[in-house]
Amino acid sequence: MKTFRRGGIHPADNKLSAGQRIETLPPPAVAVIPLSQHIGAPAQPVVAVGDYVRVGQLIGEPGGPMSAAVHSSVSGKVTAIGEIKDAFGIKQTAITITTEGDDWMPEIDRSGQIKPGCKYSPEEIRQKIADAGIVGLGGACFPTAVKLNPPASCHIDTLLINGVECEPYLTPNYRLMIEHSEEIMVGITLLMRCLKVERALVGIEANKPEAIERFEHIAARRDGIEIVPLKMKYPQGGEKQLIQALTGREVKSGQLPASAGVVVINVATTFAVYEAVQMNKPLIESYLSVSGLNLLKTGNFKVRIGTSMADVMERVSGIPEDTGKIIAGGPMMGRSMIHVNAPVTKRITGITLLSRQDALRLEPQPCIRCTSCMQACPMGLESYLLARKAELKDWEFLEKHHIMDCMECGCCSYVCPSHRPLLDCIRLGKATVGNLIRSRAKK
Amino acid sequence: MEKMIISPSPHIFSGDTVQKRMRNVLIALVPAYLAALNYFGLGALAVSLISVASCVTFEYLINRFLLKRPCTITDLSAVLTGLLLAFNLPSNLPWWIVIIGALVAIGIGKMAYGGLGTNPFNPALVGRVFLLISFPAEMTTWPIAEKFSAHYMDALTGATPLAGIRAGEVYNYMDLLIGRIGGSMGEVSAIALLAGGVFLIATKTIRYIIPVSILGTVAVFTAILHAVDPTLCADPLTHLLTGGLLLGAIFMATDYVTSPMTPLGQLIYGVAIGLITVLIRVFGIYPEGMSFAILIMNAVTPLLNRLTPARYGAK
Repeated sequence: MKTFRRGGIHPADNKLSAGQRIETLPPPAVAVIPLSQHIGAPAQPVVAVGDYVRVGQLIGEPGGPMSAAVHSSVSGKVTAIGEIKDAFGIKQTAITITTEGDDWMPEIDRSGQIKPGCKYSPEEIRQKIADAGIVGLGGACFPTAVKLNPPASCHIDTLLINGVECEPYLTPNYRLMIEHSEEIMVGITLLMRCLKVERALVGIEANKPEAIERFEHIAARRDGIEIVPLKMKYPQGGEKQLIQALTGREVKSGQLPASAGVVVINVATTFAVYEAVQMNKPLIESYLSVSGLNLLKTGNFKVRIGTSMADVMERVSGIPEDTGKIIAGGPMMGRSMIHVNAPVTKRITGITLLSRQDALRLEPQPCIRCTSCMQACPMGLESYLLARKAELKDWEFLEKHHIMDCMECGCCSYVCPSHRPLLDCIRLGKATVGNLIRSRAKK
Repeated sequence: MEKMIISPSPHIFSGDTVQKRMRNVLIALVPAYLAALNYFGLGALAVSLISVASCVTFEYLINRFLLKRPCTITDLSAVLTGLLLAFNLPSNLPWWIVIIGALVAIGIGKMAYGGLGTNPFNPALVGRVFLLISFPAEMTTWPIAEKFSAHYMDALTGATPLAGIRAGEVYNYMDLLIGRIGGSMGEVSAIALLAGGVFLIATKTIRYIIPVSILGTVAVFTAILHAVDPTLCADPLTHLLTGGLLLGAIFMATDYVTSPMTPLGQLIYGVAIGLITVLIRVFGIYPEGMSFAILIMNAVTPLLNRLTPARYGAK
């Protein structure tokens, strides 16, 4: 079975919620919808306090070429537009809507019937994706329409579909692949049409046999789509690692994946593309799993964006007493939250709980140069050295030793037997070096 | 609700510890230790206990009173240094010399540089070479292998194979393999050391590159010299099975702190150790050259660490 070549780790996958069907949560009484749920400029509000909005109505338009539209996930009155503190304690602007009924925009097809045919041109597909406010749902939240418009210098020959979901605990992609395999497959053909490519490879890790089987069954009826089971290894869902695992190509340092002739789209994003293009439905829902070893009940949920995470936690009978950490996303790359009274956004792919015991870090010991971090680094970096040089503020050295290639997957910190905070230090170094590079470019 | 713990990712860890790594190496040393007890009996027991106890005690005292740092003996690295030092000593070495060796190994070899992780030279080898130069007579009279010997300092002594071969004696491979020969207490049983090596590589405690490159280089180099002149150099198998080559290649040269970190660096390091060892053994005044070869290459390690690993997307 294929996998990426360099580094990687094998954490326990703990896919506790893999067997749970996606449960649809009702619209919240109040939806708080942030205007910045993507990489790039925040969206600009196009509604005012007191306005009545319907489900799927545009409430924020893209704030620039690198931005994404935001739509209302509920129907009702806009009651506030102002600053909120998100789950990570960061202030940002959000539109608050008090729900009245469930009144959808008329053009949205809610029949649930699968529409396989497509009459749109590539440009029309891209426009519909942009209008629907779709962003990469694998975690990066890069505006998908921008991704589907690669620089003219790059010749794209293959579409790669990321069904890896290598983060421990998370299962929404897996459930989508099982419960909406037909729709995702149509989504793939739409993306292929949009990119004008004849070939699509779907990478799925071997711990999802049911998804592999379903996809292979459907793909057999279609031309150009190949399902590639991948050997389990984290971080296979990383764009560069997936490209290598599926095509054997490497993206040169500092280049876009498009330079390797591929575009990588996540399966959840592909499903959103299907809904946007075929059903005229903007991205107003998030699919997420709620999981944790200390939870009696785990689950997968379809949640209207703007629903409080506290409401989602109610569905699994609340937060247990011994919880020490609540993570937005998975335990390898997710962010720890300060509270759950914050809205679900496009970014949230899961809520993972760790008990107080599991959440504690061990005391760092001196580095014994065991090279585990270097062997685990999927980018082939000298993690121990970058961390040390970041502590010493040797920015020039860090830049020369490719610190910007680090994608913060956390493998180095995960394996370190001395429990050194390698990635913490590298992140600080990356931030500073990134600023230096940007300020140099401005001159 | 109680306050949540906030920290950057990753939020889970492998559970690996320095102590576990050291424990793996200690487990890998068990077969060779049993062989040592079998061949050298009381002497092996006495030397190893004195060495381990002294190393641990010195590390504790230095941390407590000189460096005023937290106690580090629980990471088991001092135990490992003590056992490796004992393995590199003759089992009839007087107790007070063992203690001096332990003091040099821990005090000068390790703690003077700041403790585990910062020492440039393998501490056990620093101790051994210090003793070899200071007490050449005591360090080069080895007891002969005797089943469950009840002797310690009064054991019967004889030559090691490498010295014996220089004097024209002939050894059979089976004795060399199982360790029925004279030598430092931990180096005699090739088969036991190999078993430990397999364990270390299988548990991913060490990478195979360093031991394989050392053994390969010694085999090739001695084969060439043996073909040129059999009286100058013994056959490759004899060289591989004797003189602490396996002990050095598997347990001493692979010390994390003092060996290079990239695969290419490890290869160069291993090949160089092999070459230097054979040069010393065949052309030098010492019949055995492993310790010196490792220490010399320890000194080159910082330079070899300038080699960078193969990066993704570098091509």
